[in-house]
Amino acid sequence: MHALTDYLRSNVTPGEAGDLLWATIYVLLVVAALSVAVMLMTWLERKILAHIQIRYGPMRVGPHGLLQPIADSLKLLLKEDIIPAGADKLVFWLAPVAVVMTAFTTFLVVPFGRTHAVTDINIGILFMLGISSLSVLSIIMGGWASNSHYPLMGALRSSAQMVSYEVPMAMAIVSAILMTSLKTGTGTLSMIRIVESQAVQGRWFIFSFFPLGFLAFVIFGIAMIAETNRAPFDLPEAESELVAGFHTEYSGFRWSLFFLAEYAGMLAVSSIAVTLWLGGWLRPFSNALAGKTWDLAFSLLPALTVFALAGICLLGAVRMPKHPSFKIQTVGLAVFGLFLGAVGLVLLAPQVRERVQDMYWFSVKVAFFMYLYIWYRGTFPRYRFDQLMKIGWKVLLPLSLAVLILTALVGIRQELATVLMGVLR
Amino acid sequence: MSESKFYENTEWQETGKTFLDSNELILNMGPQHPSTHGVLRVILKLDGEKVLGTDCVIGYLHRGVEKIAENRTYVQFNPYVDRMDYVAAVSNGLGYCEAVEKLLGVEAPERARYIRVILTELNRLASHQVWLGTHALDIGALTPLFYCFRDREEILKIFEKYCGARLTTHAFRIGGCQYEIYEGFQKEVLDYCDFVLPKIDEYEELLTTNRIWVERTKGVGVLSGAECIELGATGPVLRGSGVKWDLRKAQPYAAYSKFEFDIPIGKNGDTYDRYLVRIEEMRQSVRILRQAASSIPEGPITAKVPKVLRPPAGEIYHSIEAPKGELGYFIVSDGSTQPYRVRVRPPSFVNLQALDKMVRGWLVADVVAVIGTLDIVLGEVDR
Repeated sequence: MHALTDYLRSNVTPGEAGDLLWATIYVLLVVAALSVAVMLMTWLERKILAHIQIRYGPMRVGPHGLLQPIADSLKLLLKEDIIPAGADKLVFWLAPVAVVMTAFTTFLVVPFGRTHAVTDINIGILFMLGISSLSVLSIIMGGWASNSHYPLMGALRSSAQMVSYEVPMAMAIVSAILMTSLKTGTGTLSMIRIVESQAVQGRWFIFSFFPLGFLAFVIFGIAMIAETNRAPFDLPEAESELVAGFHTEYSGFRWSLFFLAEYAGMLAVSSIAVTLWLGGWLRPFSNALAGKTWDLAFSLLPALTVFALAGICLLGAVRMPKHPSFKIQTVGLAVFGLFLGAVGLVLLAPQVRERVQDMYWFSVKVAFFMYLYIWYRGTFPRYRFDQLMKIGWKVLLPLSLAVLILTALVGIRQELATVLMGVLR
Repeated sequence: MSESKFYENTEWQETGKTFLDSNELILNMGPQHPSTHGVLRVILKLDGEKVLGTDCVIGYLHRGVEKIAENRTYVQFNPYVDRMDYVAAVSNGLGYCEAVEKLLGVEAPERARYIRVILTELNRLASHQVWLGTHALDIGALTPLFYCFRDREEILKIFEKYCGARLTTHAFRIGGCQYEIYEGFQKEVLDYCDFVLPKIDEYEELLTTNRIWVERTKGVGVLSGAECIELGATGPVLRGSGVKWDLRKAQPYAAYSKFEFDIPIGKNGDTYDRYLVRIEEMRQSVRILRQAASSIPEGPITAKVPKVLRPPAGEIYHSIEAPKGELGYFIVSDGSTQPYRVRVRPPSFVNLQALDKMVRGWLVADVVAVIGTLDIVLGEVDR
């Protein structure tokens, strides 16, 4: 028991502290949180997309379709398990398992807060890139094992696409890593140190060397959509062309694993973007609105957000139709609202407040990216395969190289100037 | 090209290689596929993503409409034509009724002609809205579909109020119209005109200058004017290639000679130009609607036609400008109450011929875009 509570006061991640028990707890927490986040994401995506498209989206299961993800996952679990007769059974079975494993493993090093990561590896960002690029393997496995034309073409498209977009993505990341060496003199690949160096420099990397940091961020922002196969780069699963792309032959639970992995992948790349350019868990306006009072005000925000959500739930419960058949829904929504209120009260406690607000800011920033994903999907048509490749190799790659070189040059401008002066003399 | 011959032409069979050595892929697109607009089956011969050739297999929705005509009286057959192009049922009815009227030697009264023009133009708008929504969906833009269907709904409401049906309207009768327009009809049509113009701008805002949309449609599926004429392509497909041919102007029927409107034409004959042509056509339809709805003349709505129709022996070909192109009816009468033969010239069927020419050498994604831009309705292709 002592060991459990002791860790709560520590200042490092369980992995660094060598605390196996807490590391296990964190792994379980991350898996649980991811699953819940994915469920929430599917509901939000359907709702937001629906409102972009002047319709309501899910409304039937639970108030405003809040329970729709649960109903969906139940349905998927209960569906018949089909393996096509012509499929390579082992590989067909392995592909969804592998894709989920890779998608979840990346979250080992994602820093939700200074202490809120499973562990901190000194090559954290490399680890994330490496593991997340493994997911292309399982997509090829799934597409090939299905032994069917559409999945095969989907897999081919996706492998070409993911491989070619990884290059500009990596270039953009390198330019951000170069920035970590400013002021402190030594750069780092560790996810936590990257955020800390932004704290030390007092500026998020998106604003560093304007517009270079911003450009790198935009390049990464484009590449990460292509990397996760989302609109407008959703060619591997282009519904109107390839039916469902690489997972055409999958159904039921196996299909839901692909689905889970897709959303987990979106969360993972968004976390990279947040960590590298948007200051990870750091709160915004730490320079302009500095001071004790502002710190307190910002630390109250998580609780206030939860209170607002609770308020929305309670208001919804009050406004629910007064018909007997809505009774369960009304009570359920009210109870959920009260539960959220209780959570908000807990979040007000000073000890909790201090430890939770970094997670809050991280989640808010990731949520912003998730919203962007949905927004793109509602707005853009789909690129064609050759156009996609053209953008990757002819636009993004040269641009990211230029940004990388310029970042490096600006970073060493003083040394460069002295050398030049010496030469001129 | 017959199906079996098509398979035989693959390289791996000619050279005696095994399938694994070959790099050509036969992909069966349809009849169950999200974007073949129903039950079209396209057999694609692919080299990677590149299309080497296509073969359309049609007939999955064949109901023998032309044969049914031979066993029904002229009046009884009228509702059947609605089932061909079911997104533009009113145009089908208009073509059929006018053809039979020509055969009988009757003329619909002026008032009926105005009503016919209004309903067909409303239907043209509705058909183009369905086209735009599904075309955009095929290219990957999800949202325009809902915008288009929202605005089409208002048209369907007017149809429903007028004749009780929304899609297969059976709005016209031989010799005129069965129903007098309801009270406030003109106002509703004029209101709809005011309602839809900003909506058309809204569609354009979503797509016309959208970089991805332009890249996906410009230069894709190019047909020159001469090729269109060779293939018999009509309607927006022909006009998108720069040929100014619209039956409403060339051989005015109903009351079209009384209205002022322009025929929009494209320049390059690509998917983007056809898109622009159809969008502009929607605006011109609104123009016609405004003129027609504000000047419906008084008078009877049906000409004097006998109870039992026995057109004199002979034949007639009459064609109208349906939303998808030239819709023609060739009717042979032997003097009895039933037609001896009815042959329909459906625009979708003829336009679909162009598919192979348009997509050869392009990518799979373009096949979908081209099927969308041809604006086919399988009910009409198969009949």
